Amino acid sequence: MTAALAEKNSAPGHAARPSAPPPSSTRRTGRERAFDDVPRWQIYLPLGIYLLFTLIPFYWMFLFAVRPAGSTSLVPWPMTGEHFSKVWNERSFGLFFQNSMIVGIATLIATTLVALAGGYALARFDFKIKGGFMLALLCSQFIPGALMLVPLFEIFKNLQLINSLVSVVIAETVFQLPLSIILISGFIKNVPVTLEEAAWVDGCSRFRAFCAVVLPLLRPGLIAVGSFAFVHSWNHFLFALMFLSEQDKQTIPVGLNTLIGADSVDLGALAAGGVIAAVPVVIVFAFIQKWLVTGFSAGAVKG
Amino acid sequence: MAQSAAVATPPPKEKAPRRRSASPRRLPYLLIAPAGLLMLGFIAYPVISVFYYSLQNYNVTKPWRNGFAGLDNFKRIFTEDDQFWSTLGFSAQWVFTQVTLQLALGLALALIVNQTFIGRGISRAMVFSPWAVSGVLTSTIWILLYNSSTGFSRYLADAGIGEYGTSVLSDTGTVFWAATVSELWRGVPFFAILILADLQSVSKELYEAAAVDGAGRMRQFFHITLPHLRDAIILATLLRGVWEFNNVDLLYTLTGGGPAGETTTLPLYVANTGIEGHDFGYASALTTVAFVILLFCSIVYLRLSKFGGDHK
Repeated sequence: MTAALAEKNSAPGHAARPSAPPPSSTRRTGRERAFDDVPRWQIYLPLGIYLLFTLIPFYWMFLFAVRPAGSTSLVPWPMTGEHFSKVWNERSFGLFFQNSMIVGIATLIATTLVALAGGYALARFDFKIKGGFMLALLCSQFIPGALMLVPLFEIFKNLQLINSLVSVVIAETVFQLPLSIILISGFIKNVPVTLEEAAWVDGCSRFRAFCAVVLPLLRPGLIAVGSFAFVHSWNHFLFALMFLSEQDKQTIPVGLNTLIGADSVDLGALAAGGVIAAVPVVIVFAFIQKWLVTGFSAGAVKG
Repeated sequence: MAQSAAVATPPPKEKAPRRRSASPRRLPYLLIAPAGLLMLGFIAYPVISVFYYSLQNYNVTKPWRNGFAGLDNFKRIFTEDDQFWSTLGFSAQWVFTQVTLQLALGLALALIVNQTFIGRGISRAMVFSPWAVSGVLTSTIWILLYNSSTGFSRYLADAGIGEYGTSVLSDTGTVFWAATVSELWRGVPFFAILILADLQSVSKELYEAAAVDGAGRMRQFFHITLPHLRDAIILATLLRGVWEFNNVDLLYTLTGGGPAGETTTLPLYVANTGIEGHDFGYASALTTVAFVILLFCSIVYLRLSKFGGDHK
């Protein structure tokens, strides 16, 4: 069902549609006005209220992170870096940041490569277990990762991967795969198979034709899938909490959880840790957000 | 689910050309092998072992009792365990509240930022941004806001509203709404993004035709927009419902299931039983029950909503 929708929404005709008509302040024809002329205040008033709801919490965190301990000022001035240096050095967030980066990038690479292969098979071949494989991908969406913790822990213990970042990378990749495969196969289906056939006629192998013809066209899709994998593994908390008990192996969300759980919560340090956790995902988000709406489709965004 | 598999299978005419590959029959299997093996080893096997352990007494702290238990665990769930029913009830309340409010606000937000106005691009980026924020970070942010000494309530009290020292997270009367608001903060963008994406494919001609026929904005919304969004909304609410049911990171870090177990969802209860209580057999039985409930509700939901039906 997801794939069907993905196809519908990212159909070429839709992708090619110009995303924004010219600004509306100019005069229009009567025909346009009838369906598109919403009074400005009906846009800006609710939008403004919602923007406040979205942005005040971010501002609050930033404020707590930069104002000196004991201050109750509501403006971030004078600024101090004391909370950041404390969290980064004393609370090992520097190390956690490094671990999170390793996990995030490794998950990104593993997910993209494995999903590319699987997605290509689904998009370009008919084979016996295809229906069953699709069904397994969809069903896996119903499986609560949190409830798989204990059996997964036992598996990784047997593989001697507890306290190794590898265990978290594997777990994140596996739970990221189903959606990534469905998405990528949708993207590949949108690349006309005749393009590949033309390359075969010119003497390319299937693999070379794929690399030369299909891969460049998949770039936006791959960026999205990769960003997803990165953001999810950067954010995800339970696997790292369970599989990495040694302090120098932990990731940023686990570090935040430790700060939250401290006997007397140091709010400045907590806020600074939050800012450190937010910066990479905000950068990635800024990078993909436009594409998220124009290229995305139902079922594409999980969590 | 059988129905959905049928929908997902492409029509037969899409048969791929087979001439140029070296081993055309084996190639697709080779390509799905990495994904298939990973999912077998790290999803299918754990699921099966959960089913297996649900029939066992398996508790690391009481090894002498370990062994086959038959349906004892399930009997205990349905006849003796009050906590199962109370956490299941809270889960239902949580999922229903979240999905309904996220859908309503997300739909409104999508309709607004789908209009043409100055500052649209930057507004979209800003209102969607909490989507990328994790549960733990959401908790962090809202703990700073809800904090009793320097949180929002203090500044309200300074302005004469409410009392000093209010802590919404430790009061059983307010904790549900406090948690709800923080989860909405990061959940609404999910619906807004999906619905906005689907809005891009509504044909403009339909609105023009409706306008010519004299239909107002309300009627256009109910007769064109909403029917068009139908499948996307059904799918998004289902995925989100499952996700809200399963996800524990926000409540785990924000309230820890408290105060007094007030915000313990079923998965949180399972995690406590299995991980902290070491009673893995019983936790597995709870997991199995949760899984069956989830699957049953999903199928009923898809049937009742006639997903993919011919209604456009």
